Amino acid sequence: MSAEIAEKRSVVLHALKDALIAGIVAFGLFILLLGFIADDSRGPLRPVPRPVLLATAVGIVFVGRFLISLIYYNAAALRYYLGVLWTAIATLARRYKWLLVAAMFVAAAVWIFFSPKDWQLILITVATIAVGVRFGFSAALLVFAMLFPVAFYGNPYYLGVAIIILTYVMLGWGLNIVVGLAGLLDLGYVAFYAVGAYSYALIAQHYDWSFWVCLPLAGIFAAFFGVLLGFPVLRLRGDYLAIVTLAFGEIVRIVLLNWVSFTNGPNGIGSIPRASFFGIPFNPEPNGFAATFGLEFDPTHRTVFLFYVILALALITNWVTIRLRKLPVGRAWEALREDEIACRSLGINTTNTKLTAFAIGAMFGGFAGAFFATRQGFISPDSFTFPESALILAIVVLGGMGSQIGVAVAATVMTASFELFREFEQFRLVIFGFAMVGIMVWRPRGLVSTRYPTVYLKERKTISVEHVAEGRG
Amino acid sequence: MTNEPILSLTNLTMRFGGLLAVDTLSLHAKRGDITALIGPNGAGKTTVFNCITGFYEPTSGTIRVTHDDGKAFALEKLPDFKIAQRVHVARTFQNIRLFPGMTALENLMVAQHNTLMVASGFTLFGLFGLPGYRKAEREAIELARHWLERTALIDRADDPAGSLPYGAQRRLEIARAMCTKPVLLCLDEPAAGLNPRESDELNTLLRSIKNETRTSILLIEHDMNVVMEISDHVVVLDHGKKISEGTPDFIRNDQKVIAAYLGVEEDAVDKVEAEVGL
Repeated sequence: MSAEIAEKRSVVLHALKDALIAGIVAFGLFILLLGFIADDSRGPLRPVPRPVLLATAVGIVFVGRFLISLIYYNAAALRYYLGVLWTAIATLARRYKWLLVAAMFVAAAVWIFFSPKDWQLILITVATIAVGVRFGFSAALLVFAMLFPVAFYGNPYYLGVAIIILTYVMLGWGLNIVVGLAGLLDLGYVAFYAVGAYSYALIAQHYDWSFWVCLPLAGIFAAFFGVLLGFPVLRLRGDYLAIVTLAFGEIVRIVLLNWVSFTNGPNGIGSIPRASFFGIPFNPEPNGFAATFGLEFDPTHRTVFLFYVILALALITNWVTIRLRKLPVGRAWEALREDEIACRSLGINTTNTKLTAFAIGAMFGGFAGAFFATRQGFISPDSFTFPESALILAIVVLGGMGSQIGVAVAATVMTASFELFREFEQFRLVIFGFAMVGIMVWRPRGLVSTRYPTVYLKERKTISVEHVAEGRG
Repeated sequence: MTNEPILSLTNLTMRFGGLLAVDTLSLHAKRGDITALIGPNGAGKTTVFNCITGFYEPTSGTIRVTHDDGKAFALEKLPDFKIAQRVHVARTFQNIRLFPGMTALENLMVAQHNTLMVASGFTLFGLFGLPGYRKAEREAIELARHWLERTALIDRADDPAGSLPYGAQRRLEIARAMCTKPVLLCLDEPAAGLNPRESDELNTLLRSIKNETRTSILLIEHDMNVVMEISDHVVVLDHGKKISEGTPDFIRNDQKVIAAYLGVEEDAVDKVEAEVGL
């Protein structure tokens, strides 16, 4: 024990010494750069000392260096203590699970008592916690999403953000099929989003068909483009595949930009028919949604409807992906990610397998695109640039390739934080960059980096990420 | 039942640019036999395997596999996956190629891809969980369980293949190949890296495959313990040419084979080469 203390002391002393040296170097550097300023406002030019600025700069270097070297030299110990703390909390939480639940209910009760009696918020909180305790995190997330419009009906801004988040959740789940399951790095996913959006916009404008007819058509068109992209890249792997898919994304955008007679070019397509409630439009007319159901007209009706549409679309994507994983085609995707040559030796047609992955991934991108078009009412090539592809790919990588819940959480965090930092526009990308670096350092394989087997004999064990391939093609 | 050999190669030639890896090789593997293909390093054994399983397209020559019902297939014209899918020729690899992130059971399920694909109505029926597919999946799991038991891997069924010890991975690869219900199983150095006890177990496994299933085996092996113990027929390759073939006992005492493996005095080389026709 005493040896341990002595060791810790020496680590701290070491860090202090290190910080002191850094401080001295910083002082030497900054004394002329920051310590004095040439000032001629009152008479002749003379140096004015700025001791506070100098001290601050040196202080930041000193403290920063101290912390860095303390953590760096003592990373193992630090991790150990954090581990002990975490284990303790987890054990306590497990042992006193019902106490925890009771505490949550008490907290909820207190909140109900003292807060402005907002029953919707109370409902959603209680329901989420109850379901979460009983059925786990995913179920809680689902219940929260289902009840979200109930709780935030009065706040269209939140509803709008939630719709954007769900769109990205859906896009992430769609791309997850291609990147996470089949291991094919696709940097041009936004092309399918664009194809879906433009298909919907053009069909809906020219033929005046309803959303529910145009939606599958948009998905089919996008799937067709998925196959179109798939064919030339079948033989490419890794970096080469990434470059070609990136180019494909740009080609689609540039075609949309330049084919003015068809797509109206950079001006985009406006006045896209809005989604209707299975034929009943959301307007204040006597045949509108509100009048039909005997409600007072409220523009939020449409927003809530759109929320449930995208939630349903996202859940369909999720359901299909989960089912496909347990079918031969899904297993073949994962096998393809693990080892393509072994797949061929087992009689798997890798061409078809890759094409189905591209097509199904693209189809969901197309659905999301159609939804985007009907929600916005206006689309232009500006919405489908490369950073959009990068964001979707970042969501998949951040969430943990192949993990449905990880992708959902990552999409929520990324999109919500983009909204949150809207006021700090210029720092957004910096924060985004730091977050990505942090993830790459601490969780290089994403938030959820385990894989669940699709079939089991005795027990379903999670598979640690070290065995799972990332896919090279 | 036909008496045609399960596999016949006629004048198989494989050329990589200036390198003649396989030179007008003709060989026959008898139905139900274990045929071993041996030879020093670089003799072209794996190239022959890659030609048979479609990973290489041979420069010339024919490869014919005849099924029990007399149906014959010309393999040199088929792409690799069709050879496994339609002709039912399965293979393992010299450096193990499992799906390391998938469990042992999942590996065996992937091997039954084509059967399950048809049963799932090419995904459409399976997506909605129709009973036909569920039955097919149960049968697939049963077949997988059978081979896991045969290879003594049943206790590791739910562990990722990448976490299995080396010997178990070799066995799992054989089990996976057997799950494709092959008529011909091509094993590329199955005993490489196994200890004596494990290679004895391998002998037992291969012999039981030979005796209890309708699968013929073609085997590349350097471990003479395995080759001499279990094979019915041995073919020796050197520099892409067949230099000898016969029963294990015959091969063991064949001067040409000994010369190819161990080298001989200068004058003996000339004599042997004259015999072989080099």
